Amino acid sequence: MQFDQILQYTLSGLSTGAIYALIGIGFSIIYNATGIINFAQGEFVMLGGLLTLSCMELLKLPLWAAVPCAVAISTVVGVLFERLAIRPLKLPTPINLVIITIGGSILIRGLAMLLWGKDTHTIQPFSGDTPIAIGGATVLPQHLWILAITIIIILVNKVYFYHTISGKAMRACSYNRRAAGLVGIDVKRMVMFSFVISSAMGAMAGIIVAPLTMTAYDVGVMLGLKGFCAAIIGGMSSGLSTVIGGLLLGVLESLGAGLISSGYKDAIAFIILLLILFIRPQGLFGKADSERV
Amino acid sequence: MLEVSGITQIFGGVTALDSVSFSITKGDITGVIGPNGAGKTTLFNIITGIYRQTAGSVLLEGKDVTGFPPEKLARLAMVRTFQNIELFGEMTVLENVMVGMHTKSSSGLLACALKMPWSISEEQRIREGAMRWLEFTGIIDLADHVAGSLPFGKGRLLEIARALAVDPRIILMDEPAAGLNSQETLGLAELIKRIRNLDITVVLVEHDMELVMDICDRIIVLNLGSKLAEGTPREIQENPEVIAAYLGDDD
Amino acid sequence: MKRDLLLFVCFSLLIMVAPQLFEGGYLMNVLVFVGINTMLAIALNLLLGYAGQISLGHAGFFGLGAYLSGIMTTTYSMNPWVAMPVAALIVGALAGLIGFPILKLKGHYLAMATLGLGIIIFIVFNETVDLTGGPSGLSAIPNLKLAGLSFDSDVKNYYLIWAFTLAVMLFSINLANSRIGRALRAIHDSEVAAQVLGVNSRVLKVQIFALSAVISSLAGSLYAHTMTFVSPASFGFNFSIELLTMVVIGGLGSIYGSFLGAALLTLLPEFLRGANDYDIVIYGALLMVMVMYMPGGLVRGITSLFSKFVKKSGADHA
Repeated sequence: MQFDQILQYTLSGLSTGAIYALIGIGFSIIYNATGIINFAQGEFVMLGGLLTLSCMELLKLPLWAAVPCAVAISTVVGVLFERLAIRPLKLPTPINLVIITIGGSILIRGLAMLLWGKDTHTIQPFSGDTPIAIGGATVLPQHLWILAITIIIILVNKVYFYHTISGKAMRACSYNRRAAGLVGIDVKRMVMFSFVISSAMGAMAGIIVAPLTMTAYDVGVMLGLKGFCAAIIGGMSSGLSTVIGGLLLGVLESLGAGLISSGYKDAIAFIILLLILFIRPQGLFGKADSERV
Repeated sequence: MLEVSGITQIFGGVTALDSVSFSITKGDITGVIGPNGAGKTTLFNIITGIYRQTAGSVLLEGKDVTGFPPEKLARLAMVRTFQNIELFGEMTVLENVMVGMHTKSSSGLLACALKMPWSISEEQRIREGAMRWLEFTGIIDLADHVAGSLPFGKGRLLEIARALAVDPRIILMDEPAAGLNSQETLGLAELIKRIRNLDITVVLVEHDMELVMDICDRIIVLNLGSKLAEGTPREIQENPEVIAAYLGDDD
Repeated sequence: MKRDLLLFVCFSLLIMVAPQLFEGGYLMNVLVFVGINTMLAIALNLLLGYAGQISLGHAGFFGLGAYLSGIMTTTYSMNPWVAMPVAALIVGALAGLIGFPILKLKGHYLAMATLGLGIIIFIVFNETVDLTGGPSGLSAIPNLKLAGLSFDSDVKNYYLIWAFTLAVMLFSINLANSRIGRALRAIHDSEVAAQVLGVNSRVLKVQIFALSAVISSLAGSLYAHTMTFVSPASFGFNFSIELLTMVVIGGLGSIYGSFLGAALLTLLPEFLRGANDYDIVIYGALLMVMVMYMPGGLVRGITSLFSKFVKKSGADHA
């Protein structure tokens, strides 16, 4: 049935889209706090998956303990990256920042390759792999895990940004870094926080997607770029717009791959990226803002 | 020479300029003054094509140039300088001025890369022209210095030399005396008069009242985004509204 | 000006005698790659170092040149000498067309957009199997021939590639020292000031983007005709990053720096042959270290170190 097929593609697209949304929000948080597009964002996604695997296999931790462990280690890497690479930069021009974050991403990826090798690894699904029927389509329990965890993370984020002092300070930084500094907000700390949050979110995204797609040292590149597409569609917002951007991207990709050609699946995201950047650089939902371009 | 009518600029609900109109006579030195936040720099940015205004038009020598980009205005012989001098910091002083000759030369990308004979002779002409302007502004001895290493006062002179290299008929200067010491300001006044003697119309935004009163033929006063007064320096000095605006302003 | 010419002549002589020093062999093949990569690094440097516009998609233009040349000379049996300029024109036109919307973007956004463009091109190489042979590549691309001489050995290819590379170098040095080069550097330092002086930065940026793509395409065609085989793997995102690394290591805006960067990065893996898995780690570390400690690149870094040293020892003697 044509309809069932479309439903199927849409459902699986939604869960990939949720991953893109999480990564995209990570991009946006750092961008809003610092004005930097962190090209290394995808590497935290990779680290999340592979670290969980190592925690389970080497340390014999159960999944519920391995996950926070992996997120914590990735976060430490994120903070170190900010401290050792970005903060000491003497000439923080956009080009230098692009280059340094690319350098960092290659370095992290290379070290991951030395640690985990070039093979792909699998993580067991969180709760089995018996498909669940929805209408004429089926989803895996892992899909539901992804959606549920994404919703939780986004809610926690919302609470943080709107109902805690440090979250509000972070938003102040994103509106005007200098003014935020003048009213006594420790901008450097906020920059560090932004790296903490976004590397943790990236790692979490990497963990929940790993059982579906398998993971390897180089999965971060594509996932990171797709997350960036989601953020661009959402106008670099760290809220709902980027979530919609991610879901939209996931569904379009999934439909495109299923109905048109699976080989061009990755191209779809980048064509959308270029079109958005050319036509609506402020994002699909944003108002015109010439500063962004 | 320059006619500005009904210029209005609204930034996100805030009216920065409210229907400002005036005209500038050829050959005059005109000063635009006003307290901080009066909209002087915004006005300059609109006239020189850097901002796009909400409403209003700009006529340059009778031609409607509203919304023209800066590079097009340069070809129509209008040029400007910036408040916080915008030098090409990594290039030499001479090279900076040579960029000013851009519109006076025409060798394309391929001709330059293949060193066509005409591009070689053009390059020679550009160099000589640039040297002349360095001489005019009195910084020829700094020709081979890197622009970024110049002291502020010399940087200001370089920016003016570079603007003159465009061969303008009108030059707009945004606070040319800002950051200069009194000796340098005197030199600047002298230089501006010499520029006018080249038949170049000068418009300047300035805070240094002494300088403005000394060199300007006419003065336009802006306050809170609209034109408050216009006249000769003497008329302005005696205008009660202007005095009130300045006294009421604690900047 | 005179000094520039002298330096160039010395450099060319060095390149010409180099094969005598190395006695052919495997190294010749590597030096052919140094030539191709030098061309590519210069192409990217014109854009990044002079005009200040980043591109993370240059491997795409390189690949387009290679594939267009390859397809025209195999499937359509065109003469390689005709195919090369045709390919370059097509790639230049394409870059010119896409340049207008893409160069409106700045900084990070430009980086991401060019990266996306590069990846789209890469996917097309993989997916248009009928045209490109897909992931398994395109083979039996003819060598270039000149008056009965076929460029089919490493030594012949060396001279062929380096003739083109030296031409590209001279071309770029001339350009850099001209009104166009100055206007580009002006845009880099302060775009608004350049515009006020009458520099049409929008058009100029697109022109240099197209020129950069044309040089990359030419390098791609030469690559195809010397290797006689091309496959998508050579034109991926990683190669764009490698090109960026060459330019940054050598120094933004330094033509000889681009040669140095290209030479280092091409020779490095040869020296690390035993530990070839480490090269990605080394690229990453090199990029970071360069940006942090020598943002001007090797050529400038070494020159300033040297002049400091000379000054210091001069002071000691006094």
